[in-house]
Amino acid sequence: MNTEEQRTFEELIYSYVGKQVCPRTAAKDAVNEAMIRHWAEAIGDRNPAYTDPEWAAQSSRGKTIAPPAMMYSWGQEGFPVVAQGRTPDAQSELVEKFNENGFFGTLGTNVKQEYFKEVSPGDTVYMEMVVDNISEQKATARGIGYFFETLATFSDQHGDEIGTQRFRVLKFIPPAEQAAATESADSALEVPTRIASPRGHDNKWWWDACDEGKVLIQRCRDCQTLRHPPRPMCGECQSMQWDSIESALAGEVLSFTELHHPKIPGYQYPLICAVIKLGEGTNLVANVVGCEPEAVHIGMPVQGKVEQVDEKTMLPQFYPA
Amino acid sequence: MTDYKTLNYDEVSVGDKLPPQDIDITTGLIVSTALATRDYEPVHHDKAVAQATGLPDVFMNILTSQSFMTRFTTDWSGPEAVVKSLDIRLGAPNVPGMVMTVTGEVKAKDDDAGIIDIEVVGENNIWGMHMQGTVQLALPKGA
Repeated sequence: MNTEEQRTFEELIYSYVGKQVCPRTAAKDAVNEAMIRHWAEAIGDRNPAYTDPEWAAQSSRGKTIAPPAMMYSWGQEGFPVVAQGRTPDAQSELVEKFNENGFFGTLGTNVKQEYFKEVSPGDTVYMEMVVDNISEQKATARGIGYFFETLATFSDQHGDEIGTQRFRVLKFIPPAEQAAATESADSALEVPTRIASPRGHDNKWWWDACDEGKVLIQRCRDCQTLRHPPRPMCGECQSMQWDSIESALAGEVLSFTELHHPKIPGYQYPLICAVIKLGEGTNLVANVVGCEPEAVHIGMPVQGKVEQVDEKTMLPQFYPA
Repeated sequence: MTDYKTLNYDEVSVGDKLPPQDIDITTGLIVSTALATRDYEPVHHDKAVAQATGLPDVFMNILTSQSFMTRFTTDWSGPEAVVKSLDIRLGAPNVPGMVMTVTGEVKAKDDDAGIIDIEVVGENNIWGMHMQGTVQLALPKGA
């Protein structure tokens, strides 16, 4: 999409801001005990305010209420969505415009509901909805796209406002590898492994040795200086001749940090990442395990072992010595 | 009739942690909760349709995530608490075979309104953060 095309496209999508998705419409069913009970069973919510009329009668409310999280459920279309698809409206038209222009990725990113009045069996929930806003083009982790937000307003049979809902959706251009993933077979849930080590021309040998259970330290063949991480030239004498020795993995913590957020799939928490000063003299970045995070301190003596940390990964890990 | 206790506004302090809940994500749960929230989108009950979107299986609908978030807070507060708002950011999908652990902490108190803010996080054991957000509850004040 060039600048001109983008302008035309944005004019088109921004024309949807303020458009009504649906006028104020009554839910097919009034709020009722049966649908509340089905919800409570499935969610496992035993709140007596929803399902115990006897308790509710003597509560401050005097009657049961519908779970607030059901506010949007009352107006949902139901099985016709499967049988005939959704009835076209301003939102589906807008989505179609995005799809036609390559933004066919869809991701619900945020929902905000505010509740002003509780409803009880016998009340009727009405909903109206508009397209409230559309962002400028954003580069997101998922791809280039736009956020659009719908605003639904809920009211009861007296016209009193029950609550509002803002729903934000990202429409984006999915990256190529994601399109390939749509071929996804009927496979078992794959447990993520750690981020794979990058193995290049200069360091593949180090990782290959790690796979064999050994931590090697590169040594200059001319001046015998040890160096890590692996690189082609000695920093002392500029020789490019080298061999290696195996580390005994005895050392001490030179520095460390605890990783909290965001948690990365495939890693076990708590997660201590440390710089270990090895007995041989070089430093190595590795995890400290086998003790509480609070026990880790600078100068702590540690002993390393090369271990299999997940299905695909061998790594040196350090334990209190 | 069981006697249910509801926390009083004055009993709650910023920093209080709510008891964690583990929720086993099964196909039965995903389908049942989708239908109980009247969400008949095929991705929540038809595995083939869900796989066509690039996911391994059917996945939990948003209305259910919202429901688990409010249940988590009112299980702790007791039934006289009034849910005032729910603000949720969505992360990785919940699909069958996962376990979602829900944790929470009281982050703020509004003494005039009698409303507390609870930060709630739902993380599944495979892909991490599924939902994160704030639930506001109004709690009874005084004796």
